[in-house]
Amino acid sequence: MSEKHNYDPASLPDLLPVYYKRLFPYGPYFRWLHYGGVPKTYFLNREFSFTLKDDVYIRYQSFVDQSDLEKEIQKHCPYKIDIGAVFSYKPKERKTIKASAFQAQEKELVFDIDMTDYDDVRKCCSGADICEKCWPLMKIACKIIHAALVDDFGFKHILWVYSGRRGVHCWVCDEEARKLSQTGRTAIAEYLSLVRGGENQTKKVSLDETLHPSIRRALNIIEGYFDKYSVKKQDFLDSPEQWDKVLALIPIEDVRKQINGLFDSLGTNSSTRLTILREQLNNAKEYKKMKMTMEEIMVQLCYPRLDVNVSKGVNHLLKSPFCVHPKTGRVCVPFDVSKVDSFNPFTVPTISQLLDEIDNCEITDTTKKVKDFKKTSLAASIEVFEKFLKNLEESWKGKLLEQSDMKMEF
Amino acid sequence: MDIRTRVKSHKRKKVDGAEQYPHVLQFYSVPPTETISLQEFEEFAVERLKVLKACETAGIKHIRGTEAYNDLLHKEIRKTKLRNILKTSGKENLTEEDIYGRKLDHISHFILRLAYCRSEELRRWFLQQELDLFRYRFQNESIQGSEEFLILNNLDYTPIPSEEKEKISGELAYSISSGHVSTADFFKVYFTDALDLVKSRKVYLKGGYAYVVRDDLISILLSVYRAKLSKALSQTSRALPHLEEDDRLLPMLCGLSKRYLGQDYTNKKPSAGQITADMIEVLSKKSFPLCMQHLHQVLKREHHLKHGGRMQYGLFLKGIGMSLEEALKFWKTEFIKLIDGDKFDKQYAYNIRHNYGKEGKRADYTPYSCMKIIMSNAPGPGDSHGCPFRHTDAEMLKQKLRTNGLSKDAIEEVMTTTKRGHFQLACSKYFEYIHGGVTGDGDVPNFQHPNQYFEESQKRLNGDKGLSQSTPKTPKVVRRVPANSQTTPSQSKSQSTAQTQNSNFGELDDDFMMTEEEMGLLDQKVTN
Repeated sequence: MSEKHNYDPASLPDLLPVYYKRLFPYGPYFRWLHYGGVPKTYFLNREFSFTLKDDVYIRYQSFVDQSDLEKEIQKHCPYKIDIGAVFSYKPKERKTIKASAFQAQEKELVFDIDMTDYDDVRKCCSGADICEKCWPLMKIACKIIHAALVDDFGFKHILWVYSGRRGVHCWVCDEEARKLSQTGRTAIAEYLSLVRGGENQTKKVSLDETLHPSIRRALNIIEGYFDKYSVKKQDFLDSPEQWDKVLALIPIEDVRKQINGLFDSLGTNSSTRLTILREQLNNAKEYKKMKMTMEEIMVQLCYPRLDVNVSKGVNHLLKSPFCVHPKTGRVCVPFDVSKVDSFNPFTVPTISQLLDEIDNCEITDTTKKVKDFKKTSLAASIEVFEKFLKNLEESWKGKLLEQSDMKMEF
Repeated sequence: MDIRTRVKSHKRKKVDGAEQYPHVLQFYSVPPTETISLQEFEEFAVERLKVLKACETAGIKHIRGTEAYNDLLHKEIRKTKLRNILKTSGKENLTEEDIYGRKLDHISHFILRLAYCRSEELRRWFLQQELDLFRYRFQNESIQGSEEFLILNNLDYTPIPSEEKEKISGELAYSISSGHVSTADFFKVYFTDALDLVKSRKVYLKGGYAYVVRDDLISILLSVYRAKLSKALSQTSRALPHLEEDDRLLPMLCGLSKRYLGQDYTNKKPSAGQITADMIEVLSKKSFPLCMQHLHQVLKREHHLKHGGRMQYGLFLKGIGMSLEEALKFWKTEFIKLIDGDKFDKQYAYNIRHNYGKEGKRADYTPYSCMKIIMSNAPGPGDSHGCPFRHTDAEMLKQKLRTNGLSKDAIEEVMTTTKRGHFQLACSKYFEYIHGGVTGDGDVPNFQHPNQYFEESQKRLNGDKGLSQSTPKTPKVVRRVPANSQTTPSQSKSQSTAQTQNSNFGELDDDFMMTEEEMGLLDQKVTN
């Protein structure tokens, strides 16, 4: 990244108006949330909320159409836009109706995976920081969740978005997903959760010998990454403090002690120690009691950790795609999950970079018709978004026909 | 289909009401319309309460579905006037007595609905016992009887053909505990019909469809029943304040619902404001249950608690009588050691005011009960909430007990209880050791609620009568109706009427749902 693209959070108030004026992809964005007008009130009754400068938070915004949305966003230049549920009435007019009649009815099924939740299993960073050493965790998470959503639940319209800082969001937009009740969302989130227990539980995973097909599949995905990630990236058996955390997951004390000894005497680095660990677990006398221990270790270290509360509520807000993260300046861009391995969060464009790019273009390019965002490095992300939209639009073409047939409009 | 059934039952009809009750089991969809005397009203209610109580006891003592469980339940139900519900269907000619039994079942269920719809805690209890009862009765039915019931309720699924089964036999093998895939019947249902099975990963899913083995059909049935009943309870509770009634029913209903449940620690207005932020440190050591003590320590150490912890601890503090102002002061004092006051006001103060019903939908939130803490929203990485007896490693729990001064034997006993899955009992035992053993009258509390622990503890420490004398700032325990009240409706009338009017209808929630897992009660084998 060249020097001049360096993003300075203090400049955000100056940059946002230009971003929202020239770069935010209102067209595709509206086409998404309008859902082809099936039903007609879908966009009208959708809650948006804005976070303005100094954390001023306005909830229950709603808009009548694309130009209204455009106008309001440009007027407020929000630091953050959240998308909420589709309500029974226009959220803006909620005060004019009885509170009990104003109900959240539908929303995309969403998932929020945040690197902070992995703090106990990554040694490179903590909290909001990420680096290339822990990022593979997100790749694993995307693949596992995506496979389950498609293969197990039969969902087709899934949008993956980089959150701009330390994690990823997933928007499942199929009609069946949007109509799910809270219980339905909870069930799916629980189905996808394997790592359980808080600060007071060391061993957070226990697996049955007969693995559920979905866990088997997840393990296959993890296995594809495990050695490279744990040894090369995390160097997870590098020192006694490191390996103690892993050995604590072995249920039988004698085995634990023995492996600990071997780590000291024979092990030279994480790679050799991983081999020792595998061999010892396989050959131990007590093997019967530890058949799944290696798998449990892998799951505890690598399996996706969802913020389930975000997924459970129909009414839960989630940051919208194409927002700018105020701290990093990076845009929340959609990415192609089938290419998640080559997605690099550190090359996601920042708002300052994008604005530089349009400025440069203006000098060289005089053809006016081209949309501004197409001249920038945002173009690739918008292409991903367009592809998602195209598939989504196919799904309601049939629906619209059905509707017009019912009204006898030919 | 509707017509056909009617014609059929006309032909067969020998006794009045056979048409109304085509099966011994029902989902209680239609309220009864008969006229009954006030005396009968109470009698029916009490009898059903006995049955539900038996379900609870059996569930605590034994694992559901085992022989011991079934025997105990059978024995207890036989003693009540509802003993007819033990009958199974399949009899060609119904007698008057059969019909009367079904009617009693029907009416008594609806009376208790009225009594138990008024708070989340009550609904939770009622729903759980009713579901257990239903499960027990359904499992007693013959295959034919259960199939008839499914058809009557439009739940007749057909098994998937064997070609389809063969293709995915490897995956299906996962869902059956014994036997072979080829001999088992599988039903293909959209996954939203089998959420409990999905949630606990008990079923194979493919492309949105769940492949449910016959033995698991009961789970689908129970979720249908649960959804119906839960919705009906919410609706009833909303209608209850509008019930035009001459002060005879409501007081009785309130008395009924108090019989087997302690208070729910809502609306403790009279005690509000008597606990101040600076008293917490001392109280937390003396009178807080382990879960709250732990949250307090984490808060002191980290100057932060994650959302689940803030909710569990914050509502508890509200329940023991901390006012909103004090609560804001209390949380702010800790949090600003890490973040600045401005950020606290923006990010956290809202939630605290929300808990006190001052923001958002202005619901006055109830402190969490033990059941809720143990069963729902289990702590994830970084979380500190939950029940220490349920969500803490054995070693760490032991250490904690040691730190709090329990002897080796005491620790052993508490740990054994915990290992058996009796978390609340373990907590009660812990309480006894902390408070110097069982009191003279042998009254060992069985805690259902962290706030109950606190009040018991204060009572022990300050003497029964002297709650407000010895520690003037401790809240008075205001029992609106004495728990286990033996008073007759007329005696407790004035008292409980007042209560009804105070009752909080604001917190009712359409989404109130219990899951199979939550229903699984504490005694079920808790893995993980």
